[in-house]
Amino acid sequence: MSPTRHGADHGDGDAVVVEGLAKHYGDKKAVDGLDLTVHRGEVFAVLGPNGAGKTTTIEILEGYRERDAGSVRVLGVDPQTADRAWRSRIGIVLQNASDQAELTVGELVRHVGGFYPDPRDPDEVIDAVGLREKVRTRTRQLSGGQRRRLDVALGIVGRPELLFLDEPTTGFDPEARRAFWDLIRGLRDDGTTILLTTHYLEEAENLADRCAVVRDGRVVALDAPAALGGRSARQAVVRWTEDDVTRQVSTDTPTAVVAEVAARFATGEVPGLQVLRPTLEDVYLSLIGEASTTPGADPDAAPTRVGPAGSTTEARR
Amino acid sequence: MSAAMPLRPTAGATTHRLPSVLTLGLARTRIEVRQFFRERDAVVWIFAYPIIMLAIFATVFGQGDARVGATGTFAGIPFGQYFLPGMVATGVMLSSFQNLAITIAVERDDSTLKRLRGTPLPASAYFLGKIGSVLLTSLVQTALLLLVAATVFGIEMPSTAQRWITFAWVFALGTAAGAVCGVAFSSVPRTGRSASAVVTPVVLVLQFISGVFFGFTQLPGWMQDVSSVFPLKWMAQGMRSVFLPDQFQAHEVSGSWEHGTTALVIGAYLVLGLVLGARTFRWRRRDDG
Repeated sequence: MSPTRHGADHGDGDAVVVEGLAKHYGDKKAVDGLDLTVHRGEVFAVLGPNGAGKTTTIEILEGYRERDAGSVRVLGVDPQTADRAWRSRIGIVLQNASDQAELTVGELVRHVGGFYPDPRDPDEVIDAVGLREKVRTRTRQLSGGQRRRLDVALGIVGRPELLFLDEPTTGFDPEARRAFWDLIRGLRDDGTTILLTTHYLEEAENLADRCAVVRDGRVVALDAPAALGGRSARQAVVRWTEDDVTRQVSTDTPTAVVAEVAARFATGEVPGLQVLRPTLEDVYLSLIGEASTTPGADPDAAPTRVGPAGSTTEARR
Repeated sequence: MSAAMPLRPTAGATTHRLPSVLTLGLARTRIEVRQFFRERDAVVWIFAYPIIMLAIFATVFGQGDARVGATGTFAGIPFGQYFLPGMVATGVMLSSFQNLAITIAVERDDSTLKRLRGTPLPASAYFLGKIGSVLLTSLVQTALLLLVAATVFGIEMPSTAQRWITFAWVFALGTAAGAVCGVAFSSVPRTGRSASAVVTPVVLVLQFISGVFFGFTQLPGWMQDVSSVFPLKWMAQGMRSVFLPDQFQAHEVSGSWEHGTTALVIGAYLVLGLVLGARTFRWRRRDDG
C-alpha cells in the first residue's frame, strides 16, 4: 500500500475502528454488535441486503447518528464529539440528495469547496467526475446519474483523508460505473481511504481491497473479495457426464479430480466436463442466508449443495 | 462519465486554516441570496404581495379622493397612507418568517441541511447566511414598497429623523424576530412539500386579526386580545407610528403608540424564537431517524 500523505501529521493507525457497535430504533436492532476496522489507504466495501444496518452504521461513522453502545474511532476521533477540523478531514457522499436545485454545478462545487481549509481545485474536480459540459447547468436539470456524480464531486472537493460513499453508483449506466471506479482508484492511489457501501457485488470485486458482509446488524464475513467466505465456500465443483448420468463433486483440488476422472475415459475426453468456481455473488448469497440458486452459468451446479451422494462417492473412489 | 479526467495528486501535507465563521457567513449569504432570486415564484410572491395589496386597498377605498381620520381642522390622510404601515409590517413578516419557515423546511426535506452538516461549515455560519439574506431581501422589498407608495400613490414619507429611527428599530427587531420564529416554525411542517400549505394560512390569519387590512380598533375585542399576543400586531402598530400623523394615536386602543410595549413584545418573540429554534432545530428529516 502506498504511504498515505496524512500519515505524518495525524499519526498512523487505522482510519476506522468500530467495536461492539449497537443501535436500535424502538424494538428493532438496526446494528447489533458490529466490529470492523478500515486500514488507512484501502478501499473497504460494506455489502449487505437492505435493512442489514449498512446505512445506519455509515451514518454513525459520519457523525449523523448517535450510537447506543460500542466504541467508534474515525481518524482517531469519536464522531459524536467531532469538531470542524475532523469534518474537514472526511468526505461524505449522500445516498440520495436533490438539494440546492437552483445552483449550478460550478457554483455548488466552488461553494462547498470554500468550507474546507485545503480544497481541491473545483474545476479539476468537475473534470474528474465528467461534468465539464454541465458546469453552468442548474442541478435540478441534471439526470439521476449526473446528480450522483455531482454528489461525488461535493464529497471529494474538500480533499478528504477518508471518503464515505453510500451506494455511490446507483443509477449509473455501465460506462459511467467504470469511469467512477477509475476515479475511486485514482483517489485511493492519492492516499484517500475509502469506505463504501454497495449493492453491486461487481463493484466490491472491482474496487475493494477488503469487504465486510453485514447481515442483521453484524459482520458475518470480512476478507479480500477473492477470499471472502473462507475455503469451504471457495470450493470448486467438477462436473461431468458418465454412464448418461450427470455427476459432480465439490473439491479443493479440482485438477486432481479432473485427472482422476479423465483416466477413466479411454478417449481422454470427459463428456460434459465443467469446473465451476463460486462467484462472489454465490458466496455472498450463502453468507446472507439466501438460497443460492444461480451459481456460475448453470442453475443445477450449486457449489453449496453437493450433488447426489452416490455420484460423489463414486467419483471419489 | 467518459470525459472523466484524473485528479492531480495531492502535494505533501501542509497546514491550512479552517475558513473563519465570518467568511463562511458571507459566502452563505451570497449563495442564499442567489438561490432566493432564482426561485422566481417565491420572489414574486414576497416582493409583489404587499405592493399589490396596497394598490388594491388604496384604489378600492380611496375612490373619489376619500380620506381617513378627518376631524375638525385635521384633513385626514389618503387611504393609501393609512394602509401602508400594515403592508410594510406584512412585507417584513413575509420575507423573514414565511420565507425562512418554508425554505428551511424544504432544505431539511431535500437533504441540504444534511449535506451542510456533513461539512466543516459551522452552524453559526449557516444561520448568519440566513440572517444576511433575510436582511437583504427585507430591505430590498421594503424599499420597493416605499418607492411605489411614494411615486405611484403619492404617499408622503416621514420627514423627521425621529420617525426614521423608529422605523429602523421596528424594522430590525421585527425582521430578527420574524427570522428566528421562522427557523423555529420550520420544524412544524412534516415535509418540504407541505411547508407553504402550513405556513401561508398562519401568515394570512395573522394579517387579518392584526389590523393589517382594517383599522385595528374596528376588530372585535376578543380578536384584538388574541392578536396582541402575536408580534405582527405590534409591528403594524410600530409602523403606524412611523407613517401616520400623531393624530392617529387616538385610533389606537390605548390612545398612544406604545413604543415600549412594542419593543417588549417583539423582543420577547426574538428570545422565544431563539430558544425554541435552538432546541428544536433538526438537520435531518423526522423520518430519517
